[in-house]
Amino acid sequence: MTNPIIHMEGIKKHFGNVIALNGVTFDVFPGECHCLLGDNGAGKSTFIKTMSGVHKPTAGTINFEGKPLSFNSPRDAMEAGIATVFQDLAMIPLMSVTRNFFMGREPTKGRGILKRFDIDAANEICVEKMRDMGINLRAPDQAVGTLSGGERQTVAIARAVHFGAKVLILDEPTSALGVRQTSNVLSTIARVREQGVGVVFISHNVRHAMAVGDRFTVLNRGQTLGTASKGNITPAELQDLMAGGQELATLEGSLGGTV
Amino acid sequence: MLAKANPGIDERIKSEPFMTRLMKRPELGAIGGVILVTIFFMITADSAMFTLSGIMNFMTPAAQLGILGIAAAMLMIGGEFDLSIGSMVAFAGMIFGVFTVNVGLPLIFAIPLTLAFAASIGAVNGMIVIRTGLPSFIVTLASLFILRGASLVGLKLFTDGSTQLRGVRDAVENDFLTPIFSGEAFGFVFRKLADIGVLETFKSGLPKVPGVPVEILWFIAFALVATYILLRTSAGNWIFATGGDSNAAQNSGVPVRRVKISLFMVTAMAAALVAIITVIDAGSTDARRGFMKEFEAIITAVIGGCLLTGGYGSAIGAFFGAIIFGMVTIGLTYTDFDQDWFQVFLGGMLLIAVVFNNAIRKRVTGER
Repeated sequence: MTNPIIHMEGIKKHFGNVIALNGVTFDVFPGECHCLLGDNGAGKSTFIKTMSGVHKPTAGTINFEGKPLSFNSPRDAMEAGIATVFQDLAMIPLMSVTRNFFMGREPTKGRGILKRFDIDAANEICVEKMRDMGINLRAPDQAVGTLSGGERQTVAIARAVHFGAKVLILDEPTSALGVRQTSNVLSTIARVREQGVGVVFISHNVRHAMAVGDRFTVLNRGQTLGTASKGNITPAELQDLMAGGQELATLEGSLGGTV
Repeated sequence: MLAKANPGIDERIKSEPFMTRLMKRPELGAIGGVILVTIFFMITADSAMFTLSGIMNFMTPAAQLGILGIAAAMLMIGGEFDLSIGSMVAFAGMIFGVFTVNVGLPLIFAIPLTLAFAASIGAVNGMIVIRTGLPSFIVTLASLFILRGASLVGLKLFTDGSTQLRGVRDAVENDFLTPIFSGEAFGFVFRKLADIGVLETFKSGLPKVPGVPVEILWFIAFALVATYILLRTSAGNWIFATGGDSNAAQNSGVPVRRVKISLFMVTAMAAALVAIITVIDAGSTDARRGFMKEFEAIITAVIGGCLLTGGYGSAIGAFFGAIIFGMVTIGLTYTDFDQDWFQVFLGGMLLIAVVFNNAIRKRVTGER
């Protein structure tokens, strides 16, 4: 049995008198997709921001590759190998795919005053990595603005993986996408997982989570309600857990199970 | 059965014709503009305009403006404005005059000191913009007035009440650096060409055009260096990223603050360079130097394809934008038109350029 890449135990986060997280326990193994589910306001965002170094937990421990660790900034977390793809994706529509891919981490050649951006190598790597993810670029100098939402998501994921992510946190990657694009992103996640990266998939869509997830953790009102592995839980049960179980059950009949 | 898709080619994408690719370059508008303006003056202007001396005539003001315009373009791509460029020309001119005339420094000290002085003011502009988070438009509007006023006060202080500081020519005449910043270069080539009869000559046998004015060489060199930086270095990528979305750039590890402050420093130094060149040329400096140049520089950048919102544009575009500017300013004197049409023309150019750029941006980003 391998050890988890990251293990977070009893994480609490208070903002003044607001208790955003009240004891969350979560871990990710290499090559697994661990879904974090919860309704709006459950504390998903606060939790991933704690994981990616934006917030410092009020209480609780973080073990990264077996060693206790505390991140002071998102940079620390990034350098350790925790990459987060936020909903805004950190993409610049007017710039080419390659330039976005290597933004801030450009490959260079030459030295001293002749040190320059190795655009040919960058284009080559970019096209290759995108092909690995199942996207054929028209040209590497194609502007990101011409890509669809799902393709942009894939560029962001490919970029994170290329720069050595061990844990990849995806913040609602499918929430704004159509059916076809969603399935593309889900298959991208599957590819990333095969490369041994631990994926944290945040969603409130149970069906998307069931499609790629190995384990499921449900957050509700700042607390973990429990973790289940694939096959031990039905979509309906997950849905109930997320909603707290009560109101949805009464709605179920009138909605005909479509939620 | 579904047909097996070819993995290398997406069947939904047509191959792109060369013209369409060309249409996506930010420089296109400016190059098209140069062609149109050339045709216009070919028809309306005296044929003297397109002789060698005529070309030097309009390239000289184009070069002086272009050095400012290219710097303004880089700053605009980085997402900021600098309205104090024009005043900075006056201020740097004053500083340079004081160093050479009042202090009596040789150029080898006076020029680096002037550039450093300007750069530090640029850095202050940048730091205020970053610290306060205010739009650079408003911060540098303040610097516009502060520097213009300071130039006036400074000139009066150092000249006992005059707003003009004379004697720069005498002070630098024999300096070994003067030929790099003033006069004409490649004179020997032009004399040689005149001797073999390629160039028109005066009766004395000297060529009518004594050489290439040095500012044109500075202008071309600056355009090349700026283009290289923008397209082929990491710093260039950071400039585009900073202007495109500074938040996204910051999150991806681009040193956004350093990029912006450096760009403000470059802009200020470009203004100082223009000040040095024009002050040595004129032999004196006054408080009106560089008046309205901030707007002309921004117009040059916009005609050159820069978006007002940042993240897009080119130095080569600004290069051609400046040439259009020079052609129109000087070209009208070769025609029968009233020269005061110049500003009407300029406003029209700007409007067309903005509309055109907007359309181009939509093409590039695939907006519909």
